[in-house]
Amino acid sequence: MSDSRELEPQGGHSGERESEPGLLASVAGFGVTFSTMFKKVYTEEYPEEKRPTQPRFHGRHQLNRHPDGLEKCVGCELCAWACPADAIFVQGADNDDTPIELGGTGRFSPGERYGRVYQINYLRCIFCGLCIEACPTRALTMTNFYELVDDNRTDLIYTKDQLLAPLQEGMLPPPFPMVDGLEERDYYQGKVSSATDEQRAYVEDYAARAESSDTSGSDASASAQSTVDEEVAR
Amino acid sequence: MGIEDKLPSGLLLTTVEQIAGLGRKASMWPATFGLACCAIEMMAVGTPDYDLARFGMERFAATPRQADLMIVAGRVSQKMAPVVRQVYDQMAEPKWVISMGVCASSGGMFNNYAIVQGVDHIIPVDIYLPGCPPRPQMLLNAIITLHQQVRHAPLGVNRAKAVAAAEAAALEATPTSLMPATHVHGHHELTSGQGPDHPSFVGRNLLA
Repeated sequence: MSDSRELEPQGGHSGERESEPGLLASVAGFGVTFSTMFKKVYTEEYPEEKRPTQPRFHGRHQLNRHPDGLEKCVGCELCAWACPADAIFVQGADNDDTPIELGGTGRFSPGERYGRVYQINYLRCIFCGLCIEACPTRALTMTNFYELVDDNRTDLIYTKDQLLAPLQEGMLPPPFPMVDGLEERDYYQGKVSSATDEQRAYVEDYAARAESSDTSGSDASASAQSTVDEEVAR
Repeated sequence: MGIEDKLPSGLLLTTVEQIAGLGRKASMWPATFGLACCAIEMMAVGTPDYDLARFGMERFAATPRQADLMIVAGRVSQKMAPVVRQVYDQMAEPKWVISMGVCASSGGMFNNYAIVQGVDHIIPVDIYLPGCPPRPQMLLNAIITLHQQVRHAPLGVNRAKAVAAAEAAALEATPTSLMPATHVHGHHELTSGQGPDHPSFVGRNLLA
């Protein structure tokens, strides 16, 4: 039985079958092409109309803030340790509650430490999300933004000011002290809803001081700015 | 390159520059050249879903001699490097390069002896595109960015001037080995002694 099956295509039947479709067979294919003209176009008109990503798409990173504007990053470097591509560089520093007039450097996050330098090299990052899994404070999360492109390697190293989440309603730019009477734990228990008036007064005072010190020592701040510009890349 | 390069400078050249820029931008053929997983996304860009032909890239040129754009899609191994260079050399001027994905751009997660740490060690790159692999929209975005660049590219004497200026700037630039290791944020100095002047950081390129 199996023999007859194998032999069948070579028999006289197949020749008859080929002639069955008729003369129009060679043009029938164009019918498909023609009918496609009346079908819906599935092309994504990319720059004009962007198809939304999946909600959990791994896009650009973001450094989050507490509701009063203090940074969530505690400078623990766990993200940098988790990164398989060594794309993250973190340098932590101590928060300092000493008044500014006594030489204090200010408080940027609740608790002991904050991430002073935070850089992600997007030409190394593979968007795997291991840094997000490693982050103990949910300071580092990913957005759905993906349009990262540049013509040089230096500008694709994102620094802290680019990665930090923008200030929202009720947030203040650090440095400023924690909400009066609360400690680090309370920030994570959701007891802080927005910046208080004391914090607002501190920030205004700080900005005024920075302005006056800028006018007196503009050379020093200019040189500090140039070191920022000379960001190292490879 | 062509006759447009032999024109005198001035009003005429600027007009020709604009026309040539439009023409080059609107008809740029990529070379059929994929090295790894990024090439799958590159092929996806050619499908009707994303339709590369909308940008005047009707097809991937089967020979580098007819290609204007090289999309280095994937990791470049040391063994592949001479081949990449040869394909680039075979392309006719004017030509452009997109380094697609992190492996081509910097070696990505493959920081080892087998992989070239950035294709710009071998060929000049116009656009760097991060992602592992970049989604098709990211590649389209890179192509659009390149188009903007090409559209305003100078020609002839203007081009010579631009090249000379770029070279002068490159000679002026501080070598990475002499750059400060990290930067100072805002106007705060560290009191803990772990600042950028700490002996363990001086002269080191920490993101190398």
